[in-house]
Amino acid sequence: MQISLKEWTRKGDPWVWLNAGAVAISLTAVLGLLLLITVRGLVHFWPHAIVEGEYQLRDSQPVTIVGEIVSDESVPAEQLRDGGYPVPDDVDFMTRYLIKTGNRDVLGSDFRWILSDALTDRRYPEQLFTLERREWGNYYGYLVSVKENGAEVASTASNAEAAVERFMAGVERSLDLYETIHEIEKVKIGSVNYELERLRLEQRRLELEDRLTPEALAEINALREQENARYKVLEQELGELYVQASRDSVVMRGMSGQETEIQLSKIVRAFQPNAMGLGDKLGHYVSKIWEFLSDDPREANTEGGIFPAIYGTVLMVILMAILVTPLGVIAAVYLREYADQGILTRTIRIAVNNLAGVPSIVYGVFGLGFFIYFLGGSIDQLFYPEALPSPTFGTGGLMWASITLAILTLPVVIVATEEGLARIPRTIREGSLALGATKAETLWRVVIPMASPAMMTGVILAIARAAGEVAPLMLVGVVKLAPSLPLDGNYPYLHLDQKFMHLGFHIYDVGFQSPNVEAARPLVYATALLLVIVIAVLNLAAVGIRNHLREKYKALEM
Amino acid sequence: MQSTIGKGPDLAFDTPKLQKHRRMRALKDKIAKQGIAAGGVSVIVAVTLIFFYLLYEVVPLFGSASMEQEHQYAIPGNPAEETVVLAMEEQAEIGLRLTRPGNATFFRTDTGETVVSNSLPIPEGVAITSLNEGSLGSRTLVAGLSDGSVLLFKHDYKVTYPEGTQRVITPGMAYPGGESTIQLAPEGVSLTSVAGRDNDSYRVFIGAGDDGELYGKLFSKSENFLTGEVELSERQLTLPRTNSQIVDVELSPDTRRLMLVTQAGKIEMYNLTNRSKPVLMDTAQIVKGSERITDVRYLLGGFAILVATSEGRVEQWFPVRDDDNNETLERIRGFETEASGVAAMALEERRKGFVMASTDGEVAIFNTTAHRRALMEKVTDQGIVQIAIAPRANYLLVETSDGQLQYWAVDNEHSDVSFSALWEEVWYEGYQEPEYIWQSSAANTDFEPKYSLMPLAFGTLKAAFYAMLLAVPLAICGAIYTAHFMAPAIRRKVKPTIELMEALPTVILGFLAGLFFAPFMEDHLPGVFAVLIILPIAIVAFGFLWANLPKSIRLGVPDGWGPVLLIPVIILVGWFCFAISGQLEIWFFGGNMPLWLTNELGIDYSQRNSLVIGVAMGFAVIPTIFSITEDAVFSVPKHLTFGSLALGATPWQTMTRVILPTASPGIFSAVMIGLGRAVGETMIVLMATGNTPIMDINIFEGMRTLSANIAVEMPESEVGSTHYRILFMAGFVLFLFTFVVNTLAEFVRQRLRNKYSVV
Repeated sequence: MQISLKEWTRKGDPWVWLNAGAVAISLTAVLGLLLLITVRGLVHFWPHAIVEGEYQLRDSQPVTIVGEIVSDESVPAEQLRDGGYPVPDDVDFMTRYLIKTGNRDVLGSDFRWILSDALTDRRYPEQLFTLERREWGNYYGYLVSVKENGAEVASTASNAEAAVERFMAGVERSLDLYETIHEIEKVKIGSVNYELERLRLEQRRLELEDRLTPEALAEINALREQENARYKVLEQELGELYVQASRDSVVMRGMSGQETEIQLSKIVRAFQPNAMGLGDKLGHYVSKIWEFLSDDPREANTEGGIFPAIYGTVLMVILMAILVTPLGVIAAVYLREYADQGILTRTIRIAVNNLAGVPSIVYGVFGLGFFIYFLGGSIDQLFYPEALPSPTFGTGGLMWASITLAILTLPVVIVATEEGLARIPRTIREGSLALGATKAETLWRVVIPMASPAMMTGVILAIARAAGEVAPLMLVGVVKLAPSLPLDGNYPYLHLDQKFMHLGFHIYDVGFQSPNVEAARPLVYATALLLVIVIAVLNLAAVGIRNHLREKYKALEM
Repeated sequence: MQSTIGKGPDLAFDTPKLQKHRRMRALKDKIAKQGIAAGGVSVIVAVTLIFFYLLYEVVPLFGSASMEQEHQYAIPGNPAEETVVLAMEEQAEIGLRLTRPGNATFFRTDTGETVVSNSLPIPEGVAITSLNEGSLGSRTLVAGLSDGSVLLFKHDYKVTYPEGTQRVITPGMAYPGGESTIQLAPEGVSLTSVAGRDNDSYRVFIGAGDDGELYGKLFSKSENFLTGEVELSERQLTLPRTNSQIVDVELSPDTRRLMLVTQAGKIEMYNLTNRSKPVLMDTAQIVKGSERITDVRYLLGGFAILVATSEGRVEQWFPVRDDDNNETLERIRGFETEASGVAAMALEERRKGFVMASTDGEVAIFNTTAHRRALMEKVTDQGIVQIAIAPRANYLLVETSDGQLQYWAVDNEHSDVSFSALWEEVWYEGYQEPEYIWQSSAANTDFEPKYSLMPLAFGTLKAAFYAMLLAVPLAICGAIYTAHFMAPAIRRKVKPTIELMEALPTVILGFLAGLFFAPFMEDHLPGVFAVLIILPIAIVAFGFLWANLPKSIRLGVPDGWGPVLLIPVIILVGWFCFAISGQLEIWFFGGNMPLWLTNELGIDYSQRNSLVIGVAMGFAVIPTIFSITEDAVFSVPKHLTFGSLALGATPWQTMTRVILPTASPGIFSAVMIGLGRAVGETMIVLMATGNTPIMDINIFEGMRTLSANIAVEMPESEVGSTHYRILFMAGFVLFLFTFVVNTLAEFVRQRLRNKYSVV
């Protein structure tokens, strides 16, 4: 013993260690949290092995289980006994698996808890398929036969390899068809519908203004006919495609031994995870991540991608930045350069500072009441009477969301810009003035260029805050599933009145409002990871710029 | 150029071109100045708009009601006949006056001009002796006649639009039970009081005759499957035998509860659920002495009754069920009428409100839940005979004893809000005692909205309290160490890491708290508590061990690297605690700690509880407090620290005696700002609590906060309604609270800064 406990305590060292512990706990928590999100978010896309085994609780009939082991946990045996499970008396703990058995259309639910001890004879047959479907979630099972127009063209019984090949080719073909169908339905028919709606509103507007002359009506009707004709053509095309798409089907055998016939057009992806090598798995992984980033959501947002949410978030944030930058900079320049630095300006400065601490939901309430109901309602009355009673701007939408968030982030930009302006040495300003430049010239040519990194910092911080803000958006225009993107090929291209999807709200909605939380959870982790990465990058960029800026002025002050 | 130099400097600064240039520059400067000033000021004004807009939405809640007389005219119909009913239709454009001989006059409410005159199909010479309004809003009435029979009738209005948007309302009488009267009492007995209900399954009439007897008839309805017609069959209805003299009979809309008002000022309450055996539930003495009950009415919802007395009192009573399922009729509240007598009462059809006309010629509007008199106004020097309120509660008809009818417009949007309704315990219908309840909407229309903000305010503070409980010690201790003891090399890494934590979207924290941490904690509850106890001990123990390690190891790690050494310890302890959690649960808690808490200690456990919130929101608040505290501690002048150390104080003594007192205002402001953030945080509480507005300090129960309440209810609330404005008020309260707290913090920080500029 070099130091006695008493001596050590007297010096106050336990307290210092406790303080160190506080830092360490905080750090562990942050890093642990990031690690948790990263691991859970990334693992989801990896192809999981499908296990097959016999499951038998003590007295019951054995059943075959086929599925992915999603998680396991150790449960006190007492709890299981209370739950009515037959558990031997001498064990304290049992391991329990959560198995994703898929086949919701056959089994009724996707997931199942089973006791690991009761799952025997585990095997990983290479022939097992995972089918990702557009409806009813994943299907796990064996390929039995492939059918074309209801007639069997290949079966595993006769030639397994050929059947699989045939099946894969069929999936490829139906994916191509799906792409075409999707293109027609979403883009082409979407634009016809948009055009028809526009004509209807046009007619209604003329009617309201009492200018609906027979000529105008005839013109509108002619245009309408044109659109209807276009629609007819598309509809026919679509009908043919649907017939083609429904040509192939496949018969699969699931874990209950039941055979299910599945249309190939309903399949997004088919693979045999147990047969995949590392390279195949990597390829699959990359393609899954790409799907996540670039595709529309499926199955009530629990499968597929989150592209519309990324798109909505980015667009909203860009609009917000366009709004907040000039406003924030002008206000800061006024406060720092033009206003008298008296008690009033100091008060304003404190007030602006404090606005940053006002709960974001309050801004949402303000946005809903003032922008949407008050301003939006008035705009509808004045400019869009033809669409009433359905609101145009009198309901939440992209524009109001951006403005609301612009107000919310305004203090961030003002404070950062002011700080930047304050850091510029007086000598530089005075030098410029002494050379005969006016105040405006000094500001424009000298001060603002020097303060621009600070403004950048402010804007980046504002963007980072806006990207992660959800509470106010819930009131001013975010939806769980937007029918179309707010920026598309239909005139006027940017639809400011449209509702949009948002990454943060997506997390809330899928995680908490989804009917199938268990299935959605991995996707929520992945979305959260994406959001964290975006925000971390933005923040680190802001910090980097700030540090760079400080270095720069340190040199100036010398 | 050459020649210019040769000629010597020819500096013509005053050429017209340069003059113009200078003027332009001056002008630009001026424009820039004005422009920026205008822009800056307007941005600041726009920001203050938030405050004023919120206020603008909230203020109408507390405005008083007003009424204004729009028209006055002689009563339509025969002025010599006594009015028994006065009513209006939905738009308050057509009024109805029914007189004792059974003559109904529909008239325009703005001019008094008669639109249609009708007579009820009652025999010649028979008059209406008593009358009872059916369920509020049904416009159905039951008349008891002098020949002992009853008639069910309804005033009905057809709205048509014959020419575009011009509305035409055609009034008329309808008879749901046919045009013939139903004989209730024997011929020759006149009905002094009658009650009738006509609902989907029953049609019931109960009357008191002038012979002191009760008479009743019950028809049950059944639909014929083939024709779809409703068939009536008379059934036996046994009425209670009572010795008291009955002055009024009131039947609840569900026909299950009968109130008999006696001459002696009592109300006898019977349960008629068993049709052949009425059960006396309670007898309540309403008035004493010479005071008489003059009117009894069922309030909207058919649960509570309003009792008016001869001395001008109006009281609300309703049955209260005790734990043994016995019902007693209780006085809930009385209203300040300031009247010497109640001349007439009319009930609002969509709110728990009523209008009272006093014998002194005054009209007063009340709301029962809010226990508030919204308005009182003297309308006449004469007496008042009858009063009616429009279904939308926006117009009043007042008949005065000099034969005039007054038509008043009423502006009374938010009478259901009062200070007591928002912040005090309110005795709601169907509850055993006054309580704090937030329940803003329900499926049925006659629902009593419960707008007590107390559970929400309590939930907000509870969530903030648990969050601060975790965050304050961790953040402040962490900041102290980082600012004062930590090696600069790690400090440069640690600070941005913790600040990055601040930027983490709260929706992610909420999601993890709700879907990862809450179930995890439910499964590992003993482990969580074990961590709380073991972790500090382990940290100190490790510190002591470290101090006793051989120098060669100890000096290998520079000073101020403690946290790095501790991270493995923390991970190890955490892992250990959760690993033994299950074992602890088996040893001490019968294998399931949440269940054990409920069964053994009687503490309810819900998965998404305050402990989860405390951890998740604490996590969100730590960086805020940490960052400001760290700045405050770090900016304590170094000469103070060095002076203290030089005088022989240990680093810890220097910290507690010199640095902390100097930095304390900064730390205070950090805590305040953190509190502001915890109070206003929305997503975490929305996702990680059950969002049930309960008032319970139990750490294992959830709560609903003001902010989460806004997020949940705002999208569904009707614009301009009381509910909408109350939500705005919640927003306003949050705004003010955080603004005041932050300003206070800022103020303290400024003081601190000034102080050091002197030191």
